[in-house]
Amino acid sequence: MPVDPVNKAAGDERRQWLSILAKAQPGEVSAAWDALSERPSYSALRAPETGLVLVRGRMGGAGDAFNMGEMTVTRAAVRLESGETGIGYVAGRDRRHAELAAAVDAMMQAPALRPAVEGAVVAKLARAQAERRDTAARKAAATKVDFFTMVRTRGPQ
Amino acid sequence: MAYVSVKGGEKAITHAHQWLAEDRRGDPGVHELEVAQVREQLSLAVDRVMSEGSCYDRDLAALAVKQARGDLPEAIFLLRAYRTTLPRFGASLPVETEAMAVRRRVSAAFKDIPGGQVLGPTFDYTHRLLDFALAAEGGAPPEPAPQAEEPQAYPMPNIASVFRHEDLLEHDVRTDEAPEPYDLTRQPMKFPADRDQRLQALARGDEGFLLSLAYSSQRGWGSTHPLCGEIRMGEVAVEYVPDELGFAIEIGEVTLTECTMLSGFAGSAERPPQYTRGYGLTFGHCERKAMSMAIVDRALRHREVGEQADAPVQDEEFVLYHSDNVEASGFVQHLKLPHYVDFQADLQLIRRLRKEHFERRAALKEAAE
Repeated sequence: MPVDPVNKAAGDERRQWLSILAKAQPGEVSAAWDALSERPSYSALRAPETGLVLVRGRMGGAGDAFNMGEMTVTRAAVRLESGETGIGYVAGRDRRHAELAAAVDAMMQAPALRPAVEGAVVAKLARAQAERRDTAARKAAATKVDFFTMVRTRGPQ
Repeated sequence: MAYVSVKGGEKAITHAHQWLAEDRRGDPGVHELEVAQVREQLSLAVDRVMSEGSCYDRDLAALAVKQARGDLPEAIFLLRAYRTTLPRFGASLPVETEAMAVRRRVSAAFKDIPGGQVLGPTFDYTHRLLDFALAAEGGAPPEPAPQAEEPQAYPMPNIASVFRHEDLLEHDVRTDEAPEPYDLTRQPMKFPADRDQRLQALARGDEGFLLSLAYSSQRGWGSTHPLCGEIRMGEVAVEYVPDELGFAIEIGEVTLTECTMLSGFAGSAERPPQYTRGYGLTFGHCERKAMSMAIVDRALRHREVGEQADAPVQDEEFVLYHSDNVEASGFVQHLKLPHYVDFQADLQLIRRLRKEHFERRAALKEAAE
């Protein structure tokens, strides 16, 4: 589908938090949500639904697309009492993960509600992801091969 | 030949399935295997099931392994069957493997590849001696793996981009307005097949079948003389454009294994000598499969480089029609289902042929006397 450039610029920030919400572990999202002192009530625009997204690769790694296989994805859409709507598209089959992602997405778009979740949910989840990535990257770096050259010394002439 | 309809067996089938459930559980004195244990501790079985089941979901694949009692083609079948019950929201943008958060990346061809040789969690260089320490269960978990002071930097350039400026390796073709890639789950197999169709079939294909084909190629049946340009394994973000947004968002991360094989090409009137490449990409950590896929992909590209095709690995109809283990297993295993009528018909035919044979023999004998 062609991407509308104006829409895309407006969505860059939103892209970021939706990505963080999607890549978080379901349990982390749930725990961060439950720890909020005030949780707005919301109604479902789209009840959580699990389906598939066809994952594409590139031929040769950088060429045209080919269809590789599918992944499970759960999506949801909610509307806050104050009217903001949010969506969640998350890998896996956890319905609560998708619904809470949508609720946080809606709150992030509401100036009055954003401070409640920006640090306590989005930034917290982002830190956990950065830590996991950093740990894996350090373990990977620890398995990097240091080559040394064996110097062959000739015997006496 | 009239049909003979047979009924019955319901009770026997129910009892057989009850016994199957009991056998699956094994000795009740032994702790029941949890799906989470399969997911975490038999993770390469899970990866294979996701890869050939063509559905990325670690929990579902782990459940399939448990239900199938560890029979992986059976688990793959279960996962393929489950995926048909789900609606498809759409297709992702192509994953960018160069941006992978690499946990493992080695190049057997180029020692000094930028980013270095990162071994990651590998069986390579282990001694393949049974470790009886693992049999003594209940011990403390192993020490966490050592961490370097500096994390591995991403993105890590791949072998193709390292040599891009020199034109020594063939370039991947990126077409403007490329048509939608072929989808074997919605379109039937067609021949001649393009590379997108072949790669989809190979990505779903049976590891054992592709391994043997790759091995046959190495041993001379359609050899591509491959060198392992690069293997990488790690996490890649999947981007998708939801209808309600109109822009791409990341919907999660998947673990992928990618392999690039290099094969020398002596050149033709149109093309200068350079390395051609074979490509393998799998869900999860399936290195043997990714390497085999890359060799088979390259062998199947014989038309593009004007190679003579006379080996099984180069025959796309042979390879693509026989690589899917759900189809193969179904067709081979259906033979154990009742074929009473076929057998009855065959028996009648053979009885008649034998009768005619002996009558002819008797007539000849009589004539000779």
